[in-house]
Amino acid sequence: MPQNVSLIPMDALQDLYQEMIVDHNRHPRNFGRLPEASHVLQGNNPLCGDQLTLYLRIDTEQVQDARFDGEGCAISVASASLMTDAVKGKSIPAAQQLFEQFHQLISGSQAQDSPDLGKLSALAGVRAYPSRVKCATLCWHTLRAALAGEADPVSTE
Amino acid sequence: MSAPDRSLAQDDLAIERIRKDFPILSRRVRGKPLVYLDNAATTQKPVCVLDTLQRYYREENANIHRGVHYLSEHATEAYEGVRARLRDYLGAAESREIIFVRGATEAINLVAQSFARPRLGPGSEVLITEIEHHANIVPWQLVCEQSGARLRYLPINLRGELILDDLNTLLNENTVIAAIGHVSNALGTINPVQAICDRARAVGATILFDGAQAMAHSAVDVQALDCDFYAFSGHKVFGPTGIGVLYGRAALLEDMPPYQGGGDMIRSVSLKRSTWNDLPWKFEAGTPHIAGVIGLGAAIDYLADIGMDTVCQQEQRLLDYASETLQAIPGLRLIGTAADKTAIVSFVLQDIHPHDLGTVIDSEGVAIRAGHHCAMPIMEKFSLPATARASFAFYNTLEEVDRLVQAVQKCRRMFH
Repeated sequence: MPQNVSLIPMDALQDLYQEMIVDHNRHPRNFGRLPEASHVLQGNNPLCGDQLTLYLRIDTEQVQDARFDGEGCAISVASASLMTDAVKGKSIPAAQQLFEQFHQLISGSQAQDSPDLGKLSALAGVRAYPSRVKCATLCWHTLRAALAGEADPVSTE
Repeated sequence: MSAPDRSLAQDDLAIERIRKDFPILSRRVRGKPLVYLDNAATTQKPVCVLDTLQRYYREENANIHRGVHYLSEHATEAYEGVRARLRDYLGAAESREIIFVRGATEAINLVAQSFARPRLGPGSEVLITEIEHHANIVPWQLVCEQSGARLRYLPINLRGELILDDLNTLLNENTVIAAIGHVSNALGTINPVQAICDRARAVGATILFDGAQAMAHSAVDVQALDCDFYAFSGHKVFGPTGIGVLYGRAALLEDMPPYQGGGDMIRSVSLKRSTWNDLPWKFEAGTPHIAGVIGLGAAIDYLADIGMDTVCQQEQRLLDYASETLQAIPGLRLIGTAADKTAIVSFVLQDIHPHDLGTVIDSEGVAIRAGHHCAMPIMEKFSLPATARASFAFYNTLEEVDRLVQAVQKCRRMFH
């Protein structure tokens, strides 16, 4: 992918805001509090005002349920929606591995069509927009910190 | 809008000529002609400024104030010439009241630390407002924390106007300094600086105006205003980045300790003690941004040449047209609707996040700002995480407003 943002291909915008992203923004999955959560962690992006709270119910080393609430741009909401879908049912190591794979996808070091990532590949379009990468990664950094048992709010700044 | 009449058509011709002075305005971005509507962040530079900078470095580069050689004398003359030019432009009484700094931010920090800090303590107060840029909030938070003084805020109403009635209590005999933005960068509100200045005088408070957002859009006369300090940045008045001006009343500046120590700001240095240079050099430690000062001089000359009448007239056309056409978009809400405004239009569009709006608008080659505009307390006031902001300069056109409106409509189609 081009590093120079002025060389963004003409269809990059459609790539960024593809149907799946727009849909997950409009109708976020797993949205709302999870009263029986075992892990609750906040993620903030103070400079752009994105705020989310991630709720995980972890039992026998497995993510039994994942939900989120908060507010943010289309990219951050869609990313959290897709992420909570993706980690449900995963073991902790598998969820951590997914974080690594997603990170590689966003940073451009992994092919877009990796079968492991499934629907998450829809977010690969942010690679062409360096200023928007943190929108897509806020929920993931929050997930990683929650899995590590951290309690302090996560910030991507 | 109705078809432009003949005088408007002539205005358009004049603007087309002016646009040719700004090389960057003819470039393409994202495959489309650039529409630059982020002038509140920084303005573009006319070719006379670019040529001045290049000529200085290619033909005239030398350090000032020290050399006995031709180039140094020439550079010193040019540098001090701009100071005299700015004295006249700002209506200051003396050249030594013009201090060159890095920008408005440094000017405000200088006043906070060098003027205010020795005068502040428990029981004393600093007054700012809810509409300030972070540059006119944080330096005061720092100095109040250091001194134990109380920082107070003049509130704004939901149109983005200062609530002047509250000055009755907020400005009082404990107020050491009131530091107020002349024009809001986030909302475009022009604050009633004369009225505020008069009120500050009445209680004996010193007054600083942050003019960063005002200088490109209005003539400022510091003596007519009767303010004590006035700060602005060169890059927001078509000059280079990294240079700015602090105007200060000579009697106050004389009384203030240096802000930074170093070369050029001293009269003599011994291992025991040093003595300070005269104004204005006492506040200009180290080799200054000589090219920046000379470039700023060219920018001020250019702006004076265009004339504030032309600037204000074109900006008013742009503000009126942009406000009208943007508000016609279903779901669009203007943030900041003060009666007295510069050509800044902050807005939100239904539930579309301003950053998504910014990215889509950018894809159409239209540069706006999306975010909190370094004025987080304002966003809090309106319960918004951010806004989209289009900010105009005299070189913008009504056609460019149309391009913005089309880009906003595209975003609306994408998300709904």
